Amino acid sequence: MRLRVIPDNTSFDFFKRWKLWFGISGLMIVLALVSFGARGLNYGIDFRGGTTIRTQSAEAVDVGAYRDALGALGLGDVVISEVFDPSFGPDQNVAMVRIQAQNEEEAVTPETISQVEAALQGVSPDIEFVSVESVGPKVSGELIWTAVEAVVLAIGAVLIYIWLRFEWQFALGAVLALVHDVILTIGVFSELQMKFDLTTIAALLTIVGYSLNDTVVVFDRVRENLIKYKKTDLKDVLNLSINETLSRTFMTSFTTLLALFALFALGGDVIRGFVFAMIWGVFVGTYSSVFVASTVLLWLGVKRDWTKTEAEADAKKNGSSV
Amino acid sequence: MLQIDLWKRLTIWALVIVGLALASPNLFYSRVESHNDAVAAIEKSGATPEREAAAASWPNWLPSGLVNLGLDLRGGAHLLAEVKVADVYASRLEALWPDVRDILRPERDTVGTIRLQPSPAGELRVRISNPDGMARALELVRGLARPVTSLTGAGSNDLDVSGQGDELVVTLSEAEKQATDERTMQQSLEIIRRRIDEVGTREPTIQRQGSDRILIQVPGIGSAAELKEIIGTTAQLTFQPVVSRTTNADTTPGVGNELLPAMNEEGVYYVLEQAPVVTGEELTDSQPSFDQNGRPAVTFRFNPSGARKFGDYTAANIGSPFAIVLDDEVISAPVIQSHIPGGSGIITGQFSVEESTNLAVLLRAGALPAGLDFLEERTIGPELGQDSIDAGKLATGVAFVAVLGFMWASYGLFGIFANIALVVNVGLIFGLLSLIGATLTLPGIAGIVLTVGMAVDANVLIFERIREELKTARGPARAIELGYEKALSAIVDANITTIITAIILYVMGSGPVRGFAITLGLGIVTSVFTAIYVTRLLIAMWFERRRPKTIEV
Repeated sequence: MRLRVIPDNTSFDFFKRWKLWFGISGLMIVLALVSFGARGLNYGIDFRGGTTIRTQSAEAVDVGAYRDALGALGLGDVVISEVFDPSFGPDQNVAMVRIQAQNEEEAVTPETISQVEAALQGVSPDIEFVSVESVGPKVSGELIWTAVEAVVLAIGAVLIYIWLRFEWQFALGAVLALVHDVILTIGVFSELQMKFDLTTIAALLTIVGYSLNDTVVVFDRVRENLIKYKKTDLKDVLNLSINETLSRTFMTSFTTLLALFALFALGGDVIRGFVFAMIWGVFVGTYSSVFVASTVLLWLGVKRDWTKTEAEADAKKNGSSV
Repeated sequence: MLQIDLWKRLTIWALVIVGLALASPNLFYSRVESHNDAVAAIEKSGATPEREAAAASWPNWLPSGLVNLGLDLRGGAHLLAEVKVADVYASRLEALWPDVRDILRPERDTVGTIRLQPSPAGELRVRISNPDGMARALELVRGLARPVTSLTGAGSNDLDVSGQGDELVVTLSEAEKQATDERTMQQSLEIIRRRIDEVGTREPTIQRQGSDRILIQVPGIGSAAELKEIIGTTAQLTFQPVVSRTTNADTTPGVGNELLPAMNEEGVYYVLEQAPVVTGEELTDSQPSFDQNGRPAVTFRFNPSGARKFGDYTAANIGSPFAIVLDDEVISAPVIQSHIPGGSGIITGQFSVEESTNLAVLLRAGALPAGLDFLEERTIGPELGQDSIDAGKLATGVAFVAVLGFMWASYGLFGIFANIALVVNVGLIFGLLSLIGATLTLPGIAGIVLTVGMAVDANVLIFERIREELKTARGPARAIELGYEKALSAIVDANITTIITAIILYVMGSGPVRGFAITLGLGIVTSVFTAIYVTRLLIAMWFERRRPKTIEV
């Protein structure tokens, strides 16, 4: 008896309500953009400069006392948050302290850090500083541009690759799906005010890769079926292709999610934001390859005459079976 | 029909075995690490019984390459420093003033009196009292220019000299600035490397980034502040002519001069000429020593050009004091007793033995040619790194078991083939990481976990395809064959697009993000290899033995 996530022969009509799906995607994008515009992203120090100090102490974290101790130093904006994680022991109380950038260019000075450390030691004598990271505004400004460049470059490179391997309609469909995924992910980060830093960019690019992986598998089948069923309606070819690959789509998403959830639950708090982005990305990416990429393809139409490719394929087939 | 040539089979097995062998040392991480450290130590400074014992704990004939752990896993400090390359222009121009003065002085009849003007950074301004002589002055000063010695700057001179009214303006040419920047960076890298080596930490990374930045990563060091102290101590040694000695901290030193405090005498200041006679850059050696009274001192020796300048200066200025200046403090200001021709000397001050030893080390390592701005610094405590490793191990283990179980439940025997391939796959990732000496970071571990999830994708594509083909094809062997054949284009396209993003991440990213890109990229390569070749070989072997009439996937 085999485990089946998806029954063997499905024949869902994915385009019956395509306007509804498009509407939902459109609405989500608008909401994401509104959230981004209204609340903005909670940039980590990688992107806005400043210092984060991770503290650990045996006694419970008293955020108020920490704030009072640091307020006296006049360091400007100081954010203190306690960190919880199931993997922490009973005497492991962790907090993150973030201090705004103190200088136009440089990272924080050792004097400021020792001031902060002394102030916190006043509150909690056994406190340890397990990590101290500081980024100067000069670098953070550049990092943000590099990040934007990386995402744009990745999407551009993919556009070109798919255009070369398929047709321009496919490339456009895939890229719209990617843009959809990226915007929705940014929207979630701004709505939940999760820390957005360099590792989030890495997650974003992986989402781009994953979503694309999914889209390409569907498109590959579409291309094959377009050759096989020359007279069939494009909509039916797309539906057939998505149904045929549905089992694989779910299998892969499921195994990836299994791995990601393990990492989310057990991988520690340092990379939890990163893993969260990826989990979100697997959901959005899977959705978008069916409902965005394919719908765009249906909408744009594709060339139906693949005779040249077909002739080549036939020649290859005959050659191999002889 | 599931024919695979013998040589292909052998190649596949050979690759798997080599990959797993390369990965194997990582299972015994601490043992292999102490073996490697011991071997390196023996090579460097000879064998001791403890080192021999540590080296023997892992056989020499086994591979001993390990995956480097990134700072976020091992703990340590990371600094991104920007070298203030423009500092060097200023000191170059400062040093030029005596030459300009000496070349114009004999022409006093034409140019009149010459006077150094307060100059903005990057310029040397000299006023001549007789503007009619400007043409002659320009000609003379231009004569000081030398051709730039660099590939890109060939054919141009190092100085731009122009006249503005009665002022002569000297600046460095663009080509010279570029050449100077290049030299400054090389020197800074070399000096930082030497200083960190003197402290003797393991596997520091010292890399140039972009045109004027240096990335320094030192595992195992307590904090970034400590690291800064090691590399940031400038130890700028200069010998400067003394103009006067004073106890008034508000003395105006005058143009071309500077006021510096004495190191060991409270409230004493010296007015010095800004242009040094010789600088620490021309030192070739420095050792801790004792003076004739048995007090700790530091000896030094100049290179030939430094020795000549020092010799000439002492010969011309017998009886007047000159100052030995370290990091903008006057160590001592002895009076020149006689001509010192050999280019070596001794610095006495009120040093302790330890201070004199440190000073000698700093002088030997040389001064940083320019100041550093620290743009980014990160300290990760070793406990946090260990916590991350533990969490990463646990998460990877659980992810692994879950995915293996799920594959088995979904595809039965074929699922087990895919699982074997998956185990081989993770082994190969570690083998490759060890082979190229890549660094494993926390996001890198996430990359491996993600690969575990995604690596089955290729097999899923193939197995699903085989299922479809079983409905139509003639017999199971043909179905398997067609399954592999038809799934290939989807696998290739899907993985190439992911590789593209991994490459972009690698190129644009830094540190941990780069670590993620490496494991993601390698994971794609190994997963395609294991899915296409390893499972196929396993299935072919099984098929040959059993010859089943029907198969269930």
